[in-house]
Amino acid sequence: MANDPIHQFQISKIVPIEIGGLDFSFTNASLFMVATVACAAGFLYFATSQRALIPGRGQSVAEMSYEFIANMLREGAGSGGMKFFPLVFSLFMFVLTANLLGMFPYFYTITSQIIVTFALAVLVVGTVLVYGFYKHGFHFLQIFVPSGVPGALLPLVVTIEIISFLSRPVSLSVRLFANMLAGHITLKVFAGFVASLGALGAVGIGGAILPLLMTVALTGLEFLVAFLQAYVFAVLTCMYLNDAVHPGGH
Amino acid sequence: MFVTSAYAQTAPAAPETPAAPGAAPAGDTHAAPAGEMHTETGAAHGGEHAGTFPPFDATYYPSMLLWLVITFGIFYILIKNVIVPRVGGILENRNGRIAQDLDEASRLKAEADAAVETYERELATARAKSHAIAEAAREAAKVKAAADRSAIEAELAEKLAAAERRIGEIKTQAFTQVGQIAEETASAIVDQLIGGNASNEDIRAAVAAAKMGA
Repeated sequence: MANDPIHQFQISKIVPIEIGGLDFSFTNASLFMVATVACAAGFLYFATSQRALIPGRGQSVAEMSYEFIANMLREGAGSGGMKFFPLVFSLFMFVLTANLLGMFPYFYTITSQIIVTFALAVLVVGTVLVYGFYKHGFHFLQIFVPSGVPGALLPLVVTIEIISFLSRPVSLSVRLFANMLAGHITLKVFAGFVASLGALGAVGIGGAILPLLMTVALTGLEFLVAFLQAYVFAVLTCMYLNDAVHPGGH
Repeated sequence: MFVTSAYAQTAPAAPETPAAPGAAPAGDTHAAPAGEMHTETGAAHGGEHAGTFPPFDATYYPSMLLWLVITFGIFYILIKNVIVPRVGGILENRNGRIAQDLDEASRLKAEADAAVETYERELATARAKSHAIAEAAREAAKVKAAADRSAIEAELAEKLAAAERRIGEIKTQAFTQVGQIAEETASAIVDQLIGGNASNEDIRAAVAAAKMGA
């Protein structure tokens, strides 16, 4: 199983828990959810504990991520969307930390589980729906009716808008999940080539250099993807929240 | 998903594992009859779900969701109640401090500008005053010089007039004395030349004749 690229996604129980016939065990994935939260919250907490007027390195990073998301949300959803700032900031930090933790060898990548990303996406779309209907009532349905469309085309456009809205949780979750999953499998496959070729003797060791270089390059790429996917997730969340805040805005 | 099929080839022997205790509600490939679930509960616990691609293995979905809700919920509460107020406070504090410093700087600048303006105004006043003083002094000096000159000119004219008058007197006096001097000179010359005494009448007549002829 050592070279099996899928093995890294295998879930193993640490503390078996079963309630009402459903398996709620504390698994290695749960462990890394806890680790993600501990790392992200611990970093943000201790980096800012000085409350320095002139920030140190850690505080700079914490402030930078705060302002990064704050600006993103303000540009995406306007100042009315700032009430969702804790949500977007939590999502961004959670996804980013989970992605980055997944880069450690033998660490579990929780964002490579479709159910995790799907739950986060449903959280976003659910927030949009609940807040949209709560705030605007049936005017919220205006998001499906773009202004300035001729009457004849309206049924078609509304159908397309509804389909695109319904596909949001899917696209949001699958994008993150597939990126992390594919990246980790690719890394594992290329790293596996190094080991298999290296076992073939001198020629094999020579031939193993190429996949080794590939593995190094892919590791760098994966760090970029880890950040980029967290960023994309946060940007799309901001855009979707904009619909909840300004339903007639597009 | 290509990975799934590739994986399936490497492990074709892996049997479709019977539903684990927590068969997912999502009705995946694992959905097993409820009765089987009970019978398999004990044995399936350690079972590797090797037959399914792990991310699509619904067995652990309830566990994933539960722990995600717990961890992300705690994370959200921490962010909302601790981190965001704190970082927001730090940033606000800094922005407030910067704004305060800017205000202070602009106040000081205004003060400096006012001081410069006062200085300029006083300088202009002083300059005007000094100009006036210099003008007055120059005027006074000019007047005094003119007065002095006219006084000196008058004095000089007076002296000149006196001198001319005196010259005229001397001239007339000299003219009156010319005859007498000529007579004495002529008497002396005659004495020297002929050694005889010429009468005063003759000499006087000769002088008068010479004067007439001259």
